[in-house]
Amino acid sequence: MDSKRRDFLKIAGLSAIAGIAVPSAFNSLLKGEALASEHGAAAAGAHGAVAPTGKRWGMVIDVKKFSANPGLAEKCVSTCHAVHNVPDFGNKKDEIKWVWVDSFNHVFPDDSSQYKKPEALDSMPILTLCNHCDNPPCVRACPTQATFKTKDGIVAMDYHRCIGCRFCMAACPYGARSFNWRDPRGKDANGQPFIKAENPKFPTRMRGVVEKCNFCTERLAIGQIPACVEAAAESKALVFGDLNDPASEVSQMLKTTFTIQRKPSAGTHPSLFYII
Amino acid sequence: MYGKGRIIPALILFLGVMTSPMWFKSADVSKMPKPEKPKDYTECVAPVQEMRTSHMVLLNQWRDDILREGGSRIGKTANGTEYVRSLQNGCMKCHSDKKKFCDECHNYTSVKPYCWDCHLQPKEAM
Ligand code: SF4
Ligand code: SF4
Repeated sequence: MDSKRRDFLKIAGLSAIAGIAVPSAFNSLLKGEALASEHGAAAAGAHGAVAPTGKRWGMVIDVKKFSANPGLAEKCVSTCHAVHNVPDFGNKKDEIKWVWVDSFNHVFPDDSSQYKKPEALDSMPILTLCNHCDNPPCVRACPTQATFKTKDGIVAMDYHRCIGCRFCMAACPYGARSFNWRDPRGKDANGQPFIKAENPKFPTRMRGVVEKCNFCTERLAIGQIPACVEAAAESKALVFGDLNDPASEVSQMLKTTFTIQRKPSAGTHPSLFYII
Repeated sequence: MYGKGRIIPALILFLGVMTSPMWFKSADVSKMPKPEKPKDYTECVAPVQEMRTSHMVLLNQWRDDILREGGSRIGKTANGTEYVRSLQNGCMKCHSDKKKFCDECHNYTSVKPYCWDCHLQPKEAM
């Protein structure tokens, strides 16, 4: 009789353990699956299978219009940098850039038509900035969540939280982020401040933090369009809008015009589209 | 009690020395911080006592709400006056002189906030 009772207790104990352990293991398995399928849905959405919801700010950059208007790209850069108190340290090594002009080969290095493309491309000024990627590697790399994606698709930064580790810079495939090696409030050897004229409405950054384009979230909040888009408004070289709204100007353009994105193979799903 | 003659006076002396800052400082009202209040506004975004103790918490809440949650950049006081939820574009609209307002208490309590490493203070008052 005694041994029977012993067996009974053993079975009871084992089933109690199983009762606790199995559902939790099962749950975590389920969760893993849910995460994976969520990712799958997002990827499918990017290919147009599932209609995306919510806002996603994006931009169409018409490169031909910049060639037709010499100096326009530089105007966009200087406008943005003036509005956002971006310092000019006067050398390439320390350069801070939110938006910049580069050559076709640098902006689209994985273009497969490399040797058989119009010569004119070489001299075309290509304006480029943070892509506000739908799948941003910089956000995943940041250990402090100083950089994050907002509900309207902007990859934003909270400079208070940036510890200057520069993981995000290593993670970004587009070189869209710059590090403040020097104090942006400082002065050069001739006593000239690095920020020529401070915009009193916007903060500066401090030494030791990373910075990048914020898609003008401070302007969008008060119903204005980004400063660079406004600077190029006359030629319509830059068009800004909600990529998820089928009626928006950007969506209409993308529907009728062939565009390319930077390094699509990186899988970041940029919100910037180029008409070449 | 053994050594009474020395212990009691020593204790009194010790207490006197320990509490001396209270006797000397607190009596000196002129050293208290006197942050200059804005002339054109009488109402702040929260009750005075709350602002005194928790303005820094409020600033962090504004930042996280606006930046991360897409919260409104405009707030309303109890009396319905609208204000910008921003240190640089909101607080400093009324408290336009950092030296006469912020620094008064911060210097007194020896706090050195790093707000101004990035945020710009109104130019006229510098
Ligand atoms: S372009 Fe670079 S910095 Fe901008 S969201 Fe993509 S990975 Fe991040
Ligand atoms: S969107 Fe705004 S922050 Fe970004 S490059 Fe244009 S002007 Fe600069």
